[in-house]
Amino acid sequence: MGVIDKIKSGFSGWMKKIFKKEAARIGIYGPPNAGKTTLANRLVRDWCGDAMGAVSEVPHETRRAHMKKGVNVQHNGTSLSLDIIDTPGLATKIDFHDFMAFGLSEEESKRRAKEATEGVIESIKWLDELDGVILVMDATEDPYTQVNIVVVGNMEARDLPIFIAANKIDLPESAPTKIASAFPQHQVVPISALEGKNIEKLYEAMASKFGG
Amino acid sequence: MEAKGVQIDLISEDILSAMDTGDKIRLILDGVQMGNVIVLEKGLTPDEEAKLIQTTMTEISAEDFSGIEIESYPDRMARPTWVDRVLGRRTVRNRLTVIGPANKMKTVKRDRDHISTVVYQDDKIPDGQQDGKTT
Ligand SMILES: Nc1nc2c(ncn2[C@@H]2O[C@H](COP(=O)(O)OP(=O)(O)OP(=O)(O)O)[C@@H](O)[C@H]2O)c(=O)[nH]1
Ligand SMILES: [Mg+2]
Repeated sequence: MGVIDKIKSGFSGWMKKIFKKEAARIGIYGPPNAGKTTLANRLVRDWCGDAMGAVSEVPHETRRAHMKKGVNVQHNGTSLSLDIIDTPGLATKIDFHDFMAFGLSEEESKRRAKEATEGVIESIKWLDELDGVILVMDATEDPYTQVNIVVVGNMEARDLPIFIAANKIDLPESAPTKIASAFPQHQVVPISALEGKNIEKLYEAMASKFGG
Repeated sequence: MEAKGVQIDLISEDILSAMDTGDKIRLILDGVQMGNVIVLEKGLTPDEEAKLIQTTMTEISAEDFSGIEIESYPDRMARPTWVDRVLGRRTVRNRLTVIGPANKMKTVKRDRDHISTVVYQDDKIPDGQQDGKTT
């Protein structure tokens, strides 16, 4: 792409932001099992009275991206219209044996693994279409993984807003401060998507990051 | 039993900077699928890493290849100037990066400034040493 084209495309991106022609597209990203769909369901239920998708303890439950358009989030007088995309969990490796450990048959496990690889590809493709990201991490897990780094790096490189939802703080072994020290340059909001704990704080972060 | 080692390829920044993204990804995935560990002196951009993950996903197969283990130190990003923004310039790039076959490599400890990893000679990480996770 030539310099002039780059200036043009950079400029049109700005114009869109300034005049807010469309609802901002917000992707919910993170590793498998972090609680992305649980959070998406809560968001959509709170603001539209709807649901987004199925939740499971088996990783790679979401294997296609799902978009809910026109979700109106209100916080302290700020009202924003968002398109929310629940994405398949990101991974650098997928081994069908891991699904067999959950009691799935070999055939089912292989099919799930294949679909999971396609899900990861779809999640990555969506990175190009977004205006912002909520990166969901399981606060009982080690936050310092390449998948998390890739999502953060891609949003930083595009200069797009991102914050981290440190999920599952209802569990005693959760350590949201570990996440904050791994990603000191980003806001971390500790939540329980399952129980709704701190969900107001999440809406506040959405209003300030995506409403500006 | 014949001793079997693991090949480690150290790729210099000079070689990498002369390659395009597609060539870098081929170099990495061909090496990893032969069972080697690849060390890049200077890492990939976030965009290149995303493409590497995408290509990895298309090459995973039930019997032969379950994916990659990848570790790097992120660069401290300089705040983009307005010129960078207008040109859509991407300034983030990872530092030293290690990539290996997921069935042979296991991260022991990792934080911002220290990575510890174990590479197993045999095809399988011994039982009980695995994460039991697909990330
Ligand atoms: N304790 C606890 N469990 C949670 C919380 N949020 C989600 N879970 C559980 O974590 C598991 C995974 O939740 P999902 O919402 O399916 O996770 P996901 O990130 O969408 O996973 P994939 O679609 O597989 O990538 C389920 O068993 C959820 O019930 C939480 O806040 N606390
Ligand atoms: Mg899901």
